[in-house]
Amino acid sequence: MIQFDTVHKRFPNGTTAVHDLTLDMPEGGVTVLVGSSGCGKTTTLRMINRMVEPTSGAIRVGGRDVLEQDAADLRRSIGYVIQQSGLFPHRTVLDNIATVPLLLGWGRRKARARAAELLETVGLTADAGKRYPHQLSGGQQQRVGVARALAADPPVLLMDEPFGAVDPVVRTQLQDELLRLQRELSKTIVFVTHDIDEAVRLGDRIAVFRTGGHLVQCAAPAELLARPADDFVADFLGAERGLKLLSLVPLAGVPQGPAPQDGDWALRLDAAGAPLAWRHKDGDAADLPVRPLRDGDSLLAALDESLASPTGLVARVDAEGRLTGVSSRDDIHEGAARERDRCVRGPVGADHAVPRAPAAAGSTRDDVEGRA
Amino acid sequence: MSVDWSWTADHADELATLTLSHLQAALSAVLLGLVISLPLAVLAHRVRPLRGLLLGLSNVLFTIPSIAVFVLLLPVSGLTRTTTVIGLTIYTLVVLLGNTVEGLDSVPARTKEAAEAMGTRPLRTLLTVELPLALPVIMAGVRIATVMSISLVSVATYIGDGGLGQLFTDGFQRDFPTPVIVGVVLTLLLALVADALLVTVQYVLTPWTRRQRSA
Repeated sequence: MIQFDTVHKRFPNGTTAVHDLTLDMPEGGVTVLVGSSGCGKTTTLRMINRMVEPTSGAIRVGGRDVLEQDAADLRRSIGYVIQQSGLFPHRTVLDNIATVPLLLGWGRRKARARAAELLETVGLTADAGKRYPHQLSGGQQQRVGVARALAADPPVLLMDEPFGAVDPVVRTQLQDELLRLQRELSKTIVFVTHDIDEAVRLGDRIAVFRTGGHLVQCAAPAELLARPADDFVADFLGAERGLKLLSLVPLAGVPQGPAPQDGDWALRLDAAGAPLAWRHKDGDAADLPVRPLRDGDSLLAALDESLASPTGLVARVDAEGRLTGVSSRDDIHEGAARERDRCVRGPVGADHAVPRAPAAAGSTRDDVEGRA
Repeated sequence: MSVDWSWTADHADELATLTLSHLQAALSAVLLGLVISLPLAVLAHRVRPLRGLLLGLSNVLFTIPSIAVFVLLLPVSGLTRTTTVIGLTIYTLVVLLGNTVEGLDSVPARTKEAAEAMGTRPLRTLLTVELPLALPVIMAGVRIATVMSISLVSVATYIGDGGLGQLFTDGFQRDFPTPVIVGVVLTLLLALVADALLVTVQYVLTPWTRRQRSA
């Protein structure tokens, strides 16, 4: 766990980059720092591995004050993924990844073996290891950047807009890969971005910063979307925050009924029971495609499919792809409304908030602390 | 003007000795120049106020006429090889110092920052990241300094050294063109071979700058 305790950073030119920040970043979770440029999110990140030194306050990683540790040793224990990869142009991909193990004195052989292993972990071929960074695409370079950060298996990973310089398709791929890796590795990740969609996709918690280095709100994505602390956060989340919220809610909670047998449209199944298409009973119209949804798919995906479906019904399938039933557009709408109510009225934060030793009298709620 | 080949054959041993002596003087100067330039360049790169001072000084030294340098050095080191090497070294500084500073400047801030963020200590960053990345620019300076030194060695004939330069005075005094022509040709060859070798050294040392192989 990473703890910020009333951390203040004022640069020599007088600008305040971070204003009395108190924030906990939970162990094994992804904390995303968002905000427009100049809001202090990158400075906050860089104070964790002492690339920037705080003016006052304390930062603890795993319970130890970072200022009491040797800066180089501290940095070797924290993975760092920099904007536009920051790879060493004069080292092969393999040697780039082996950087920290070599600094830790693992020896060349062991470090390279570990690097080769990581190439595979991040989805690159062994052949890529022999190349130089400029011979790779932007997306591949970012993968190498992630592999390099993971090389010494650090418990903490700092990621500073790591996917900012790649095109949207590759960006989505890299985000998916990161989520997959995180499910396996459960690192404590601090991720800086200015892209709220990226924050919602990746974050277990999102900390929204405002210019001047003020933390405005820190909450789980669903809570943030349902209950923005103020107009600033609401604006930052954008006009479609309702839809963004639906993208986070699984379809599992929406009831399903038997597929219609006697309507105008019926589901055509294959031998195993997997939906193939919607078929008109009189054959008056061509078959319409069906996109069956699993319980883990989002309400947003279900809403989208119900709009495309001729009956407004969404075909639901089990893990093997066999039809389990259908849900109506109304069911989905109700599910969406219920979820929104739960987020808005429910005991917000109770199941997300990270308990912490109170530094001073006051609330333990992060969003309140942020404004205090 | 024609070359008297029999003279050339008779003096083959002497020519070889002069060529080696010439090369040794030039290379000593470049090496000494590098030894002096590297730490000064690092200093000039790190400490902004020193940059203008050091680069300006190397420029001023460069503008002193070479004969004057040797004459000024006479009371210090006399009519020796040391005087030759010191004099030549002074001239290498302007390119070696300038190019090394420029090479260090050319290392992307992002790369240095990455090294720091990975936990590389400053000296190791200098040796394993900054200098290797500055190498192409430094080597460009080494090539110029080497060729320049090889051509300048002849001037040291005035203090009784000068390698192949001795052939020029010899030929001039006897109004006999062969040694002059041979001296010029050998100096040129020496410069070309030295430059080709340095290009090879750079190629070997900087594999990342080679043309991209097709994937």
